[in-house]
Amino acid sequence: MELICPAGTPSAFREAVDAGADAVYCGFRDETNARNFPGLNFSRDELAQSIQYARKHGVQTFVALNTFMRAGDEALWYRAADDAVRLGADAVILADFGLMAYVAENHPEQRLHVSVQASASNRDAIQFLVEAFNAKRVVLPRILTTQDIARLTRQLSCEVEVFAFGGLCVMAEGRCSLSSYATGKSPNMNGVCSPASHVKYREDGEEMVSELGGYTINRFGAGEASGYPTLCKGRFEIDGAETYAFEDPVSLDIMDHLDQLRDAGVSALKIEGRQRGKAYVAEVVSILKKALSAEPAARPALISRLRLMSEGQRTTSGAFEKRWR
Amino acid sequence: MEHQQRPCLSLGPVYYLWDGPKWRDFYFRIADEAPVAHVVIGETVCSKREHFIEPHVADVVERLEAAGKQVVFSSLAMVTLERESQRVRALVRDSTHPVEVNDLAALGLIKGKPHSIGPLVNVYNAATARLLAGRGAVNICLPPELPMRSVREIASSMPDVSFEVFAFGRMPLAISARCAHARSKGLVKDNCQFICGEEPDGLPLRTLDRQSFLVLNGVQTMSHSCVALVGELDDLGAAGIARIRLSPQDCDMVAVAKLYQSVMEGRLGSEEAIDRLQAIYPAAPFSNGFYHQKEGAAWIAKGRTAGLGL
Repeated sequence: MELICPAGTPSAFREAVDAGADAVYCGFRDETNARNFPGLNFSRDELAQSIQYARKHGVQTFVALNTFMRAGDEALWYRAADDAVRLGADAVILADFGLMAYVAENHPEQRLHVSVQASASNRDAIQFLVEAFNAKRVVLPRILTTQDIARLTRQLSCEVEVFAFGGLCVMAEGRCSLSSYATGKSPNMNGVCSPASHVKYREDGEEMVSELGGYTINRFGAGEASGYPTLCKGRFEIDGAETYAFEDPVSLDIMDHLDQLRDAGVSALKIEGRQRGKAYVAEVVSILKKALSAEPAARPALISRLRLMSEGQRTTSGAFEKRWR
Repeated sequence: MEHQQRPCLSLGPVYYLWDGPKWRDFYFRIADEAPVAHVVIGETVCSKREHFIEPHVADVVERLEAAGKQVVFSSLAMVTLERESQRVRALVRDSTHPVEVNDLAALGLIKGKPHSIGPLVNVYNAATARLLAGRGAVNICLPPELPMRSVREIASSMPDVSFEVFAFGRMPLAISARCAHARSKGLVKDNCQFICGEEPDGLPLRTLDRQSFLVLNGVQTMSHSCVALVGELDDLGAAGIARIRLSPQDCDMVAVAKLYQSVMEGRLGSEEAIDRLQAIYPAAPFSNGFYHQKEGAAWIAKGRTAGLGL
C-alpha cells in the first residue's frame, strides 16, 4: 500500500519525501483547498519546486482542490486546476462536480482523484464518478467499516485510498455545515472547520471555557487539559446529561487494521494533518513506513510510539469497526 | 425574462421518524388543505426506519394525487450497506414517480431520466448545476448553506431549469455513520430500538451554558433554529426561483403553507407573517443567516442590522 502524506509547507513537504512518503499531498494558499489556514500552503513557485524535489526522489505529488467553487468565482478554481496540471501534479484531488467536469474536459490526460469531501460511499456513487469524470482513485469517507471497504473494493474499477491516521471527522465529509452554522465559515465553502478566528477561551471561576462563534463547546475543570473547540468534539447537554455527544476528543488510528485493509485491496493509506508541523509529519511518516513493512510481531512497539503523537494521546479506529456506530 | 412566474410551494420529506398513522394523517391533511404544488415523500435519513411508513405510502400517494399535487419520491441521504444500495437501485428502476436524488448513488443510476436534486447534494455553482441538468435533473433544490448571491448567480445562468430554495424548517446540517441520537440514550445504531421516534421534532442538544444549538434526528444533525425565509420571498421570486420548499416540523404545516402563500400573493406583510409564524411554530427561534452570508444561526431582521439568534 502507498503511503500518502500531508504537507502544509514546503519544508514539511521535503521532510515527508525524505522520510519515505510514496506521495505527498498539498494545496494552494487560498480557499481552493480544505486546509485554508493562515500561514499554510503553497504558492505556484513553491509547488513547482516541491514537485521537482519529489520527482528527483521518485515521489508523487497530489494537489488538493477539494472545496466547492463559489458561484460567480469559479475562475479561481479553474486557474488553480490549470496551474496544478501545468506544474506537473501527478494527481488532482477534487470534490466539486463542476470542477471535475472542467478537468475531465480541459485536461483529459490529468489523473483525477475523488476527494473524501465528495462523499462517495458506495459502488454506484463511485462508478458514477469513474464514468462521468474518468476518476482513477477515490478517497473513501470515514463512515465505512473494514468489511464494507473489502466488499466495495472488489466491485470497483478504480483505486481506493483510505484515511489511516490523524484527525477524525465524525460526520460524513463534505456533507457537514455545522461549522458555518456557528461561524459562517465551512469546509465546503471556505476550506476551514471550526476556524481559529472564531475561537475564544475565557475563565469562569475555576473553569476554562472554550467557545466557537459564541457557542460554548467545552468547559474544563481545574487540572483538566483544555482542548481546541472543534465543534463535533465538544461536550454538550442532552436531556440534562453532559456528554461528548458526537465523539470524544480522539484521533483516528487504524494501525491494528493494516493487514485487513491490504487484504481488502486498498491501494493507499492517507495521513491527515496538513496543518501539522514538519517534525510531526516526518515522525509519523517514518514510523508508518516501518510499520507497513514490519512483521506483525514487531508492529506493536512502532504503533505505541505513533500513538504518543496523537491528539490527546487517545485514538480510535472510528467507523472502521462496526461497534463505533 | 419577459414574464416572471410566481414561485409555487413545495413540501420536503419528513426527516423525522413519525409513526405510520401520524405520517399518513399528516399527508392526508396536506392533500386536503395545503396550498402546495409538489410533495416529496419517503424516508430520507435512515434506512432502518422505512418499514414504519411503507404500509401507508400507496394511500398517501393516492390522496395527494387526487388533490392535484405532484408526488416525488425521496432517495436515501447516505448509502453504505448493500441493502441500502439495492433499495436505491429499485427506487430508480421501478418508481412511477419522479425521484429526488439525495446521494451520489441515485445520481449515477438515474442518468437520462427526468429527476429532482435534493438539498443534500452539493450544488454550489452553475457549473455543477449545468452538469446535473445535462444528466436529466429538471428541478434542483439548493443546499441551505448557500447565500443569496450564489442562489441568484446559479438561477440566472440556467433559466430553463427549475430551482428550489429551502425556506422553512430546521436545517439538515450533517449526517454520520454513527447515531448520536441512539448514543445519547445509551444505545448503538445497530440496536437502536427506534428511539429517535420519541422525538418527532428532534432531540435538543444544548451547550454546557444552556444555549440552544442543535437537534439530533437519528444519524442526522439539524439546526435548533428554524429557517424562515419570509422577508426574502420577493427577492427569491425576482431571482427566478421556481419553488419555495417548506420542510416539515411537528407543527401545523397547513398553516405554515397558507401563511407563505399569503406572503407570496402580497396579501400579508412579512413582519406580521413572522409574528404569526412564531405562534404556529413556537419551538424554535428563526434564522436566515446563511442566506445573508452570515453564520447560519443568525437572524437578520428585514431592514435592520445583524443580530445573533441563539
